[in-house]
Amino acid sequence: MPLRLERQENISPLRHAMAPVVAALVTLVVGAVMFVVLGHDPLRAFTIYFIEPLGDAYMLQELVVKASPLLLIGIGLAFCYRANRWNIGAEGQYVAGAVLGSWLALATQGTEAGPWVLPAMLVLGAIGGALWGLIPAFLRVRFGASEILTSLMLVYVAQLGLDYLVRGPWRDPQGFNFPQSVTFDDVALMPLLMGEGRLHGGIIIALLAVVAATFVLGRTLIGFSIELAGSAPRAAAFAGFDEKRVTYGVFAVSGALAGVAGIIEVAGPIGQLQPTISPGYGFTAIIAAMLGRLHPVGILVASLVLALTYIGGEAAQITMRLPFDVTRVFQGTLLIAILAADILVRYRIRRVEGTTHA
Amino acid sequence: MLDAAIIGAVLASVVAAATTLLLASLGELVAERAGTLNLGVEGMMIVGAAVGYATAYGSGSLLLGTVAAVLAGMALSLVFAGLAIWLATNQVASGLATTILGLGLAGLIGAGFVGTQLDGAPQLHIAGLTELPVVGKALFGQDAFVYVSFLLLAAVAYTLARTRIGLVLRAVGENHAAAHALGHPVRGIRTLAVMFGGACAGLAGAHLSLAYTPFWASDMTAGRGWIALALVVFSAWRPLWLLAGAYLFGAVSILQLHVQGFGLGIPSQFLSALPYLATIIALVVISALKHGRGAPASLGVPFVPDR
Repeated sequence: MPLRLERQENISPLRHAMAPVVAALVTLVVGAVMFVVLGHDPLRAFTIYFIEPLGDAYMLQELVVKASPLLLIGIGLAFCYRANRWNIGAEGQYVAGAVLGSWLALATQGTEAGPWVLPAMLVLGAIGGALWGLIPAFLRVRFGASEILTSLMLVYVAQLGLDYLVRGPWRDPQGFNFPQSVTFDDVALMPLLMGEGRLHGGIIIALLAVVAATFVLGRTLIGFSIELAGSAPRAAAFAGFDEKRVTYGVFAVSGALAGVAGIIEVAGPIGQLQPTISPGYGFTAIIAAMLGRLHPVGILVASLVLALTYIGGEAAQITMRLPFDVTRVFQGTLLIAILAADILVRYRIRRVEGTTHA
Repeated sequence: MLDAAIIGAVLASVVAAATTLLLASLGELVAERAGTLNLGVEGMMIVGAAVGYATAYGSGSLLLGTVAAVLAGMALSLVFAGLAIWLATNQVASGLATTILGLGLAGLIGAGFVGTQLDGAPQLHIAGLTELPVVGKALFGQDAFVYVSFLLLAAVAYTLARTRIGLVLRAVGENHAAAHALGHPVRGIRTLAVMFGGACAGLAGAHLSLAYTPFWASDMTAGRGWIALALVVFSAWRPLWLLAGAYLFGAVSILQLHVQGFGLGIPSQFLSALPYLATIIALVVISALKHGRGAPASLGVPFVPDR
C-alpha cells in the first residue's frame, strides 16, 4: 500500500488547535458505537455521561475537585515528557506523597498542634512524591535502567506499602477493623473554599501551579533546557546543559506535584487514609498531559474534560448500571485519537505513484 | 514439612506462573527485535484473558476460547501498529494508550462473568512419568499452554537466528534505513512482528484465565504484562535468556505466595511487592552490566520513509 506521510509546512494555529477537538469528536463516535454494542441508547447515555453533570451545581463542583489532581499531576508530567523522560509512575508518586504527608497528620492527631500542620503536610507530600520520583531518575542516570519500567513497577510497590500501613500500624483502632486510618483533625484537613460544598483549597494550589509552570516552561532558561533536552539532546549537550540534572529535575518536579496532589486528595475529599486513594489519577493525568499538548493551560482544559469522564462514569454506573470500565475505554480512545490527530494535522497522507516500498 | 510432594507441587506451580510471562515476553521480544517498543502488552494480555474466558464460557470450548484470545490480542496490537508504525506517533504514548484501552475493554467484556468459574485446561498425564517424584508433575503434568510455550520459544529462537525471515526482521530492527534501501518493506515487517506480539500476549492472557486461574477477575493480569516487558530487557533480547528470566520471575512470584502461606510474620504486602522489586533490581543489574548493548539499534525510533 504505497502511502506516505508528507510534512505540512506553515500549519495555521487554528488547524493546530483543532486536533484535540477532532480527537474528542472521534472519541464520541467510538463511544456511541460502544453504547449501541452494550445495548444502550447512545443519546441517553451521552446525556447522562456528559450533559447532566454540567447542569448541576454539586456535580460541577465535583468536576473541579476531580480535575485538580489531574491538573497537578499532568503539569508535572509535562516537565518530564517535554524533556523526553518517560515517567509513567505518577500514580506511585501520588501515593508516596499522600503517605508521607499523612504521617504528620497522624503523628499530630489529638495534640494541640496549630495551623502549621496542613502546610507542613503539603511540603511533606511534595517531598515524598519527589523522593519516589527520584528513584527511577537515579536508576536511569546511574545505571541506565529504563525509567518507563522502573517508575511503573514502583506504582505497585507504593500501593502495597499504603495497603500495609492502613491495614497494619496506621489502622484506626476504633474503626471496627476497617482498613482505614482515623479521620484527620481539622488542622490537618483542607479548608473548604466557600465554607461548605466540595471546592477546597487544593484547587487554588493547582491553579497556582498552572501559572508557575507556564512561566517556568515558557519564559526561563530552565524551561528552555528541558525543551532542548527533549527535542535536541545533542544540541543541549553542546549548549552545556547537564543531561543528568535535567533528568533529576523533571522527575523531582513531577514527583513533587503528584505527591502534593496525593496529600491534597487525602486531606481534602477523602479526609483519611484508605487502601485506595485514587481512581487512577496518575495514569489519567498522562492523557491530560498529552491532550493538553504538554502546555499547562492546555492541561487545565484537558483535566476538566477527563474529569467529566470520571463524573459521567459514576453517574452511568448508578443510573445505567454500566461498568466503570466505560470510562477507561473513553480515556484510552481519547489518547489514541489525540495521538493520531496530532500527526494528521502536521502531516498529510498521500498516495505514492509507482512501486516504491512504503 | 518440605517433602518431595510439596516441592513437586511448588515446582509445578512455578512452571505455570512462568508460562504466562514466557508467552507474553516472547511476543514482545519479536516486536522489539523488529524495532518497535510496544508498551501495550498488559492491555493485549488482559483483553486476551477476557475474550478467551468469555468465548470459552459461552461455547464450552477451551480451544475456541484460546483462538479468540489470540485474535483479540492481535486485533488490539493493530491499533498500536496503526499509530506507532503507520502514523509514526510516539511509541511510548501509543503503547500506554493501547494498555489503557485494553484494560477498559477487558473490564467491559468480563463484567458479566465476575463470579463464574471454568474447568481449567486439562493437564497431561503419562503413566509412569507424571508420577515421578519431585519433577514429575512439573515436567509431565502440565497443560498444553506450557508445552506450546516451549515450542514457540524454540521456533522464535530458530527463526531469529537461522532463517532468512529472522535475518530480515533483525535488519529492520537494527537499521531501518538500510533495510528500506535494500527494498524490505520496513513498516509491513514491523506490523507483522507487532501482530505476533499481540497474538502471544493474547495467548498469555488465555493461559491466565483458562488454565492458571480459570475464572475472570478484573485487572487479573496484575502487571504481568509490564514484567514481561522488563524480561525482554533482562534477556538482552535473546530468546534463551528469556526462558531463564521467565522461570526466575515465576519462581519469585510463587515462592512469595508460599512464604505468605507459612505465615512467618512478614507482612503479606512486602512479599507481594517482591516480584515488582525483583523486576527493578533485575533491570538495574542488567542495565549496569550491559549499558544498553544488546538492544536493537532502531528500537523505539519511528520509521518514516522518504523518497
